[in-house]
Amino acid sequence: MSRLAEIIARNEEPIRHDWLDNMSRSVQRTDLMSSGELREQSHRLLGSIVRGVQTDESAQLSGAAWNEAREMLQEISASRAHQGFTPSETANFVFSLKQPLYNAIRKELSDADELFGAVTAVTMLLDRLALLTMEAFITTREELIARQQQELLELSTPVVKLWDGVLALPIIGTLDSARTQIVMENLLQTVVATNSKYAIIDITGVPTVDTLVAQHLLKTITAARLMGAECIISGVRPQIAQTIVHLGIDLTQVVTKAKLSDAFALALQKSGRSVVQSNGTSNGTTPSVVTTLAKEK
Amino acid sequence: MERIPILRMGSFLLVTIQVDMHDKLAMQLQDDVTARIAEWGATGVLIDISSLEIVDSFIGRMLANIAAMSRVLGAETVVVGMQPAVAITLVELGMSLPGIRTALNVESGMELLYRTTAEQPGVGDERSQA
Amino acid sequence: MSVLKREQLPLRSSADIVVARQKVRQWSIDLRFSLVDQTKLVTAASELARNALDHGQGGQMTLEVVNGLSRTGLKLIFEDNGPGIPDVEQALKDGYTTGSGMGLGLGGSRRLVNEFSIESELGKGTRVTVLRWK
Repeated sequence: MSRLAEIIARNEEPIRHDWLDNMSRSVQRTDLMSSGELREQSHRLLGSIVRGVQTDESAQLSGAAWNEAREMLQEISASRAHQGFTPSETANFVFSLKQPLYNAIRKELSDADELFGAVTAVTMLLDRLALLTMEAFITTREELIARQQQELLELSTPVVKLWDGVLALPIIGTLDSARTQIVMENLLQTVVATNSKYAIIDITGVPTVDTLVAQHLLKTITAARLMGAECIISGVRPQIAQTIVHLGIDLTQVVTKAKLSDAFALALQKSGRSVVQSNGTSNGTTPSVVTTLAKEK
Repeated sequence: MERIPILRMGSFLLVTIQVDMHDKLAMQLQDDVTARIAEWGATGVLIDISSLEIVDSFIGRMLANIAAMSRVLGAETVVVGMQPAVAITLVELGMSLPGIRTALNVESGMELLYRTTAEQPGVGDERSQA
Repeated sequence: MSVLKREQLPLRSSADIVVARQKVRQWSIDLRFSLVDQTKLVTAASELARNALDHGQGGQMTLEVVNGLSRTGLKLIFEDNGPGIPDVEQALKDGYTTGSGMGLGLGGSRRLVNEFSIESELGKGTRVTVLRWK
């Protein structure tokens, strides 16, 4: 390996030129990265590999000798993940260094055994470096996805104020336990902030209601009740109603309505209000919401 | 010994719990509330827990006890102002406090009491301390 | 898991339960848990501390900040040298079925945390360990 270190160190520049000149279009991605940036990355990476090989013959990438190379690769990988390179393009950046290294070795060594040893060592080293690159790439992608998921969760559960004291929460999509937490917190905080006694949870956009979803809904309703607010479930489709009965889910404590408008009318009524036709302005009669003075029970 | 103050508002009692209660204080409160109901002939009890950041099963039971005992003495109880985090935790804990009426705040709690006890809002509500 | 910080508190009187709650609250604030998670931790601590006092004849609570693979958590350990729990399975269930609110300590607390374990030996004592990751 020490011979290898010598060879690479002695031939660093030609190796690098060879590498850049023969890099395929797909690895270069001139649409994503300038050639100047590419040259710089190649220069720094090769330099760190040379230093690594010189310090540590065994190519144990976890060792301190390879810190610089590892950090470089992580940086290169993470930035490419962000820029939109594919995993293969990123790994091939490292793999494509193999041929130039082979060329340099071939030039310097003629003994068959030595040649074999050097080629094997280079292959193993670059394979490990490429794997490292892949792992860094994947980690960056996963972090990106996790962040996007979080943002989506937060954006997808808006609480709408329909009227003074009446909120609506239209749920679109599946309701799992992570989402339920956010839905509950959102709803309950809005209940306090707006002093709303009624919250309409509309499940028109929820594809299936199984026992688990029903449990999540019931938790939300119970929590709201503990705070002094009442929930009405609307948007119950006929198939959902059937499923609920089949599964034996007990919703007798819960007020449900097929349509959001019915739920709204109910909430208004319960809060002592009714909608009346009034003698309108020039554009015809417009209904208005009136608070009945005598409070009904 | 410190006690949780009980205010008189007409024929209702207002209890505002603002401290992290230890068990003895909670037991004392139960005694005090029932004593005041009897003494003043109160028909409603409003318990304001908007400052409570924790309600565990012990406090939950205390609230349920107060509600039950008050009912026997002819008074309705309403618990108001539970914080969202507390409500979420209680539900997860498995406590739903059935049979305890709740309201968002003191104002709506009072409205609820007026409705359920058929009391008329008085002209001169006396306020005196326990 | 490595332990970054540890502290122990006695659970000998009902005043100790209040101290325990406040300590758990402070540590979870320091660890920047969300408000709901803080509340869950403090409530679980209150339940388990009370159990140790009422059924375990007193004991202690240990708080530990632990480091997992890439996350931090707050671990609480409740130990007593009381009579032990004869049927742990049943004790865990009781809290759930009697949802009206009586005797919820164990079963309920389990739902408030991410990790929960309990060891109990008749005549020797009980140890309940709970953990919530950030």
